[in-house]
Amino acid sequence: MTEEFASKSAAAIDRAKAEGRSALVGYLPAGYPTVKESIEAGIALARNGADLIEIGIPYSDPVMDGPVIQAATTEAIANGFRVANVFDVVAGITAATDAAVLVMTYWNPVMRMGVDEFSRRLAEAGGAGLITPDLIPDEAAEWFEASDKYGLDRVFLVAPSSTPERLDMTVKASRGFVYAVSIMGVTGTRQSVSSSAEEVVARAHGAGAERVCVGLGVSNPDHVREIAAYADGVIVGTALVAALRDGGVDAVGQLTKNLSAGLGRAAAEA
Amino acid sequence: MVDAPTAGSEENAADAFLQGGPSLRNASGPYFGNYGGRWMPESLIAALDEVQDTFEKAKADPEFIAQLKDLNKNYSGRPSLLTEAKRFSEHAGGARIFLKREDLNHTGSHKINNVLGQALLAKRMGKTRVIAETGAGQHGVASATAAALLGLECVVYMGAEDCRRQALNVARMQLLGATVVPVTNGSQTLKDAINDALRDWVSNVEHTHYLLGTAAGAHPFPAMVRYFHEVIGEEARGQILDQTGKLPDAICACIGGGSNAIGLFHAFLDDASVKIYGFEAGGEGVETGRHAAAISLGRPGVLHGARSYLMQDEDGQTIESHSISAGLDYPSVGPEHSYLADIGRVTYEAVTDTEAMDAFSLLCRTEGIIPAIESSHALAGAIKIGKRLTEGKETPSDVTVIVNLSGRGDKDVETAAAWFNMLDEEGHVKGTTLSTRKPKGPAERTAEAAVDVNEDQN
Repeated sequence: MTEEFASKSAAAIDRAKAEGRSALVGYLPAGYPTVKESIEAGIALARNGADLIEIGIPYSDPVMDGPVIQAATTEAIANGFRVANVFDVVAGITAATDAAVLVMTYWNPVMRMGVDEFSRRLAEAGGAGLITPDLIPDEAAEWFEASDKYGLDRVFLVAPSSTPERLDMTVKASRGFVYAVSIMGVTGTRQSVSSSAEEVVARAHGAGAERVCVGLGVSNPDHVREIAAYADGVIVGTALVAALRDGGVDAVGQLTKNLSAGLGRAAAEA
Repeated sequence: MVDAPTAGSEENAADAFLQGGPSLRNASGPYFGNYGGRWMPESLIAALDEVQDTFEKAKADPEFIAQLKDLNKNYSGRPSLLTEAKRFSEHAGGARIFLKREDLNHTGSHKINNVLGQALLAKRMGKTRVIAETGAGQHGVASATAAALLGLECVVYMGAEDCRRQALNVARMQLLGATVVPVTNGSQTLKDAINDALRDWVSNVEHTHYLLGTAAGAHPFPAMVRYFHEVIGEEARGQILDQTGKLPDAICACIGGGSNAIGLFHAFLDDASVKIYGFEAGGEGVETGRHAAAISLGRPGVLHGARSYLMQDEDGQTIESHSISAGLDYPSVGPEHSYLADIGRVTYEAVTDTEAMDAFSLLCRTEGIIPAIESSHALAGAIKIGKRLTEGKETPSDVTVIVNLSGRGDKDVETAAAWFNMLDEEGHVKGTTLSTRKPKGPAERTAEAAVDVNEDQN
């Protein structure tokens, strides 16, 4: 991983490490159900134990998302979400909390605004960087340039299916952390965490990644505990979106608190 | 990558072509100029590599080529005819119009060419299941057919709106043993069916091949799907030389994703004298915003794995496309078409629903051929091109034009009947509900069968 400057994501993960635990990463879509409530929900995430926050940009064709996140992002767009609102959400959360705030986005909205323009505005809003589910390093020349220029983290994904060559290349291209996809599939809650997750984390560490976070299908404190044993961070998405849908901002705070109990924080504090 | 293609590179490519520069044929991908590539989740990259590797090896394997040729000949019925449409030609300025009869292939469209090739590749990869998206249902039917033939499990994703428009094709797929999954996300048409197929693929990639139905998507699909359809143009080129002794002045095809078009165009790309036209779905008219003319009115973006012209709003959200033709109702287009548009080798124009349906009716009545509504866009375009190219000519019949009749219109009879006001208020064809006899149907036959069983028991 390249570290020419202080990565906000890396710093947030390292703070958790210093407490003897893995980091908790929470995902919520921008503008769901409204821009204002998505800021409140993001703040609730941070105040209840999330070290990093991923803010998703609602997109018309979310091929990596399961039904819960699809429904939420579709509603956000129907409620008038505009891509530029994501900067308000990032700024709103970073102003109120210490969490590192990344944007998770499919690539076309970034391309449409212009990669440089998008990056400039994200940096201005206090954002840490981008997680790019449908952008592989092979196609990311413009993003390399812009992320270096504005000091943003580049979080690429690695999967159980990644070959050693691709894993190595992707780890080198990433900055902040590497996002390890736990299973072959789309976002959504699942009964158990796939055993392939541990293997992919070990392979990413072996390829030189200092920080590897695991996402997809992580929804309860048991999953968190299991993954925290081998990964530097645990990413929860669908379960939080469902909590926001069913119980509003308070439910997001409560679930985050429950999830963070799985990180071993109490043990570290004792 | 830059957001807009650089003018310099376009001019250079066009100049090179005009001066007899490098061939435009056999472009291998992943890039076609600034288009194409792999804008895909990392989870699927290994699968794309596997498809590419298997495809490259198969192309070089005489056994695979022989297998494909045999299926094309003895299963699909290739070569398809090149039929001169003499009475139709009178409506196209007197230019001689020739129809490349992909409608006569088994399953009724060009789609069979690609599915046979890809299903053979799926077998080579050891996959036991294929998935497909479908708009008009033609690719779904073709996929279900190839799966039945080769003993593969088949699941077809189809927008719920398209299931309604093409109910007959849903039944055909089910009869062929496929599972049809109606997609209720987004616009409930082709693009949303592709989204769901991609979600299935990423979850089941180990034993599943995604049998993409058009020359779009991530590398190697655009180049691979074109390869399996190149037979259309190769046959047509030989047939027109046989029948007229010269190359055509123009060739025409309809463009949704663009697979039938690229299959026809490919053989003629290096023939500088042949003008090439692609006709996009203009829907209710491009000025209304309700259309599917991605090249005519879109701007470059990424969707479903490729950078190409795309109908999108200021935020990069995909705009819903509109067309009477389910098969052309797609907001983007294969990346090679975007490249051919930029360098000026192919001219892309929009044809409205009305123009297409007029051409549909005309072909029915002048040639006794019911065309697919998709192909009717190419026919409408050919009428315009025929008139344009014969203008001021003393012997208009010197002008020859090939139109790719990519599919037959049986599936579209209901849509056409509604369009031409042939239905009564209850949706029945007018004049078909006058019989006073008690209807005979399957229910009655079942009752009779039940009686027979009872008699046996007695």
